[in-house]
Amino acid sequence: MKSLLAALLLVVFANAARAVPVPGTLADPAQETRARALQKELRCMVCQGESIDESNAPLAADLRVLIRDHIRAGESNEQIKQFLVARYGDVILMQPPFEADTYALWLTPFLVLIFAGGIATWVVVRAARAPQGDAG
Amino acid sequence: MTGEIGLFALCLALALSLIQAMAGLSGARPQADLARAVASAGALGLFVFVALAFGALTYASVSDDFSILNVAQNSHTLKPLIYKISGVWGNHEGSMLLWVLVLGVYSAAVAVTRSGSDRLTSAALGVQGLIAAAFLVFILFTSNPFVRLDPAPFEGAGLNPLLQDPGLAMHPPMLYAGYVGLSAAFSFAAGALIAKERDWARAARPFMLAAWIALTLGIALGSWWAYYDLGWGGFWFWDPVENASLMPWLIATALLHAALATERTGAFRSWSLLLAIAGFSLSLIGTFLVRSGVLSSVHSFASDPTRGLYILVLIFSAIGGALALFAWRAPSLEEGAAFAPVSRETTLLINNVLLVTVFSIVFVGTLYPLLANALFDTKLSVGAPFFQKLFVPVFFVVLILVPFGPRLAWHRGDLRAAMRALAPAAGAALVVGVSILAIAAPRSLAGAGAFAIAAWLLTASAIELSKLNWRAVRLSAFAAPLAHAGLAVTLIGVAGVTLWRSEGLEVLKFGESMNIAGYTLRLDGVGAVQGPNYEAARASVTVLRNGQTLAVMVPERRIFPAERQETVQTAIRTTIVSDLYLALGDQRDATHWTLRAYVNPLAPFIWLGAVVMALGGLLSFVGRLGRARAVPQAVPAPAE
Repeated sequence: MKSLLAALLLVVFANAARAVPVPGTLADPAQETRARALQKELRCMVCQGESIDESNAPLAADLRVLIRDHIRAGESNEQIKQFLVARYGDVILMQPPFEADTYALWLTPFLVLIFAGGIATWVVVRAARAPQGDAG
Repeated sequence: MTGEIGLFALCLALALSLIQAMAGLSGARPQADLARAVASAGALGLFVFVALAFGALTYASVSDDFSILNVAQNSHTLKPLIYKISGVWGNHEGSMLLWVLVLGVYSAAVAVTRSGSDRLTSAALGVQGLIAAAFLVFILFTSNPFVRLDPAPFEGAGLNPLLQDPGLAMHPPMLYAGYVGLSAAFSFAAGALIAKERDWARAARPFMLAAWIALTLGIALGSWWAYYDLGWGGFWFWDPVENASLMPWLIATALLHAALATERTGAFRSWSLLLAIAGFSLSLIGTFLVRSGVLSSVHSFASDPTRGLYILVLIFSAIGGALALFAWRAPSLEEGAAFAPVSRETTLLINNVLLVTVFSIVFVGTLYPLLANALFDTKLSVGAPFFQKLFVPVFFVVLILVPFGPRLAWHRGDLRAAMRALAPAAGAALVVGVSILAIAAPRSLAGAGAFAIAAWLLTASAIELSKLNWRAVRLSAFAAPLAHAGLAVTLIGVAGVTLWRSEGLEVLKFGESMNIAGYTLRLDGVGAVQGPNYEAARASVTVLRNGQTLAVMVPERRIFPAERQETVQTAIRTTIVSDLYLALGDQRDATHWTLRAYVNPLAPFIWLGAVVMALGGLLSFVGRLGRARAVPQAVPAPAE
């Protein structure tokens, strides 16, 4: 049974290792992987909520070429992002930075969790103390 | 004539909705049988006249009556019949009419199934009437679908080609059945507050379930459409409009669970009321986001900022009114049920805390760009990386805790016994997690975790089924195990596509091949094909594996001359455990085309899981209908 599972998994995953090169890609596979990851973090400015990784727009294609030029020049991901933020503003980042403008964005879910968890704890404690009525 | 009949029917529907609202609300008083009967009749009448109006618009669209502005702007003589029908709701005016039609269906269902004889039902019908009136006023004064055009044009402008797709033809009605179904839960909650009725959760549950099932399937349809139609092989883009449908789903899921406790033990009564109010409020907000165009999105096809204001006022009145009613009346309904810290009630509470947290992530992420723009005058994007970072960890915790709920009894549970019962599931999770870590390439800890959780959920569901007393089993006993197993199935699919997909993009000359994940794809040629209302470039791609021909796939690019738009028609070859996905790129020269290929392991499981979840909901729904007809039990059944 287990060997069957293993065989199945092999069929499904083993060949999924690496993507085929894209035209105009970087020769170094590690650099290309970096470029692909970076593409997913940058927004296509003329599209509607898509990253430049998944957009057909010419601007997105230009940016895909541009970040590869910068990677070839030996820049780090941070340097490339800084360059693009200076040019287009924070709106180009798919994941907004953690700064004064976005504290509320990043912290709200945690506050909700703490607040809701607090209320729930209070409800449980109160329910445990309440006189047990007739069950049902 | 058709347009005038439709418009007249809408005016009558508005009058009936007002009668339904007044009669229903006054029927919330004791001894007001006549008012209740009038409210029920009003609901049925409303449904008939809205259906008539909808029928009129559909007829106009099918018969190419371009003297009606709406049809002239959105239809075309060459458009296939199915899209002439689905085109009715493929635009703003028509989709609002569909909204009210679905509302009418739910109101009529409330009136028929509950015969309108009790105060709760009457008050609920009254609230439904108010909602219908608000939307009918909106349609008649800002979005009249029957406006005439003189002179009538010879030809229509056509429908957005992206919408000319079977998946998207069905998506809006399904989603609306979910959105608007939550209005029934909302109306019962408001009705309970008006009529001071404690036992509202039982009455509202079939409608909550119907709404949840439709919402689950509607979201799945939308995601499936995005998968095969947008040409990127993605299934969820964390797009504002997608999020707008996910938010009510998360709250509806929380509501289904909380209301379970309310119905069985009276616990969390005011919390369930609040969730019912929140669920429909989010449906309204979702409608607002999609219809007003305040959020840019690949999905907002029919948008108009001027109408946003009316919907905004409507939202604030509905939410504000309901919350005021809640603050006033809810404390008198709460009775403070007693339960031990280790009990099913506590697990449902934890479920709700986490689901609300997950909801808050989606909510704040979707609305923050708007807020930041208004408050700080900054432009921000909140995209997939934000949601994935926060959503995934919390949702993993939710999934891990799922099996404990059904294993603990109401009032007081036995955690030790639950752990013992679930030990095999933990074992299965460990084995699966470790094997995935060892076998799957590239190695992924998140993937191993996802598979371990899936194994945990599936085994726990199997354990749940094995503990059933098969001699006296009820249909609804299968509901939770099935729905929870559906989560596992979806999780497997999501993990497969996100973590182990392969992709390739190459410029191919006719006769050249590319390789992807063991497949060889040979571009044999690209030919021109004439469709009913489009011209297509159809590629012929031979798929080979180990030198053997498996299939010929035909991805297309379609040009719609009437609408002056181009769409990508992907070709997908599925083996259930894996999808080979092809999209034809742009033409480089006479014999060179770009071809994009993906291998998406386990992709079909994403939507299969949603269907399994919906099936679980359906069993609960059907079981409930069967029980509603049976004589009410005097003695409560033991914990399921």
